[in-house]
Amino acid sequence: MNGDIDVSRHCNAVEFADGVYWIGALDPTLRTFDIILSTANGTTYNAYLIRGSEGVAVVDTVKENFSDEFFARLESEVDYSEIKVIVLNHLEPDHTGALPELMRRAPQAKLHISQRATSMLKALLKPSSDAFAYTTVNTGDRVSLGDRTLSFLHTPFLHWPDTQCTYLEEEGILFSGDVFGCHYCDKRLFNDRVGDFRFSFDYYYAHIMRPFKKHVIDALKLIEPLTLKQIAPTHGPILRERPRRYVTHYRELSTSSLTREIGSDDHSLVIFYMSSYGNTARMAEEISEGAGGVAGVRVSIYDLEGGETEPFVDLIEEADALLFGSPTINGDAVKPVWDLLSSLAVVNLKGKIGGAFGSFGWSGEAVRMIEDRMRGLKMHIPHEGMRVKLIPTEEELDECRSFGRRIAEVLIGKRRERAVIDFAYLV
Amino acid sequence: MAKAKVTFEDIEQTVNVPAGTRVIEVSEKIGAGIIYGCREGDCGTCMMHVTDGWNNLTEPSVLEEKILKENMASRHDRLACQAQVLGDCTVKPA
Ligand SMILES: Cc1cc2nc3c(=O)[nH]c(=O)nc-3n(C[C@H](O)[C@H](O)[C@H](O)COP(=O)(O)O)c2cc1C
Ligand code: FES
Ligand SMILES: [Fe+2]
Ligand SMILES: [Fe+2]
Repeated sequence: MNGDIDVSRHCNAVEFADGVYWIGALDPTLRTFDIILSTANGTTYNAYLIRGSEGVAVVDTVKENFSDEFFARLESEVDYSEIKVIVLNHLEPDHTGALPELMRRAPQAKLHISQRATSMLKALLKPSSDAFAYTTVNTGDRVSLGDRTLSFLHTPFLHWPDTQCTYLEEEGILFSGDVFGCHYCDKRLFNDRVGDFRFSFDYYYAHIMRPFKKHVIDALKLIEPLTLKQIAPTHGPILRERPRRYVTHYRELSTSSLTREIGSDDHSLVIFYMSSYGNTARMAEEISEGAGGVAGVRVSIYDLEGGETEPFVDLIEEADALLFGSPTINGDAVKPVWDLLSSLAVVNLKGKIGGAFGSFGWSGEAVRMIEDRMRGLKMHIPHEGMRVKLIPTEEELDECRSFGRRIAEVLIGKRRERAVIDFAYLV
Repeated sequence: MAKAKVTFEDIEQTVNVPAGTRVIEVSEKIGAGIIYGCREGDCGTCMMHVTDGWNNLTEPSVLEEKILKENMASRHDRLACQAQVLGDCTVKPA
């Protein structure tokens, strides 16, 4: 079956289960997506059509400039008057670009969106939005097309807050939205026909889903119990051959591997530093000593000079506390520290404990600047950072050990600053 | 000026604030776990749960009610960028 699939040669709908069609578009020349993602061979905007005995459903649309292809494929199979339901799994413009025109052509169709999508719908489709009739759906809600039933899964933050998945019960097909997708354009369309897209699949996970691992795990709890014959995402190949492999792979990618290494009882504290004359390095060692002496805390210490950003990002993702050490050079922290601190958009730092330290010559701005950045990243800074003028004295090294110990104690929950602070003293 | 105590349960920290202070102003300064997006009551990112002293915050506006509903807030959830402290209360990230 489908031995010679080539969807670039026609603008028809492609049937891949009884009465279920792909009506998407190919974008082979795209190289950068949403500013942050690169793709070496474009992407696809997948939209789908489901024919039931009592009406047709359209699941998602395409980016606006690909509307012609989408409408041509749609028209090859149905008349606009047959469309009863339009499901939007995700309102990002790459999937809602053709929506206003579709609503104009099929005004009787009812939009099915998640609760969180309602304010976005208005903001995205500004002038034309008034006329849109929509209904919000949640996990367990169903809509019937006669002999076909769609049910909804509330899976927020699998790219944006509004995302959901839709399941075609009779065929076991999950229309997953951005989840299980990838930016990979191949006219052969199906995972058992296209080229090797493993890299694109993992890269997409790493950039789009990774910051939301917790939400991925919540979504998997809803998805894993389903009978899955095919997964139809909004980008990249349709996963019809052993679809469950991809679910298992998501589970692996979202599960912490550090917990397996050190056990879930230990807390991980990672120290990164940079030092030109060895002063900040001395501080780092003593802080590590102090923190490592607290039972239940595992300390790792890294000189930023000897590493690359990517693997450090992995370490940071799984750490419970992070300390950064930098000397002050020309009124600033050093570049490798900023490079690392500006590469953390792909991981969730919320609530991790942070701290900063460093040696300085006269003004010593670095420590405060690092702390501000950490706060900006939603980390909790329980103690003011350690600053030492030039070469640390024995006494100052003692203080470094104490600083490390105090941070570690906050980490294991032993030390809580319960005192009531006055608002006026907060800076 | 009247004072009130707002406690951030996640970091176990209590702050004495002048009545009328918005929760966001305090929580950001002490590094509590509530996070913010738009900061103007539109995105729902800053949703917090009020574990104690629900009545000691200003009443939610119609707009806040709407955003809370859209974000499937549970009972006693509020937007930290909107709610102002009037009396003692305890909050944590929702
Ligand atoms: C090129 C250069 C610029 C510097 N600029 C500053 C500065 O702006 N403010 C400051 O407090 N110290 C400044 N310093 C001093 C260093 O912060 C100080 O020597 C510190 O102890 C170095 O720590 P390290 O041994 O960990 O590198 C500068 C040093 C160098 C070499
Ligand atoms: S920060 Fe957006 S609603 Fe409060
Ligand atoms: Fe998206
Ligand atoms: Fe997308």
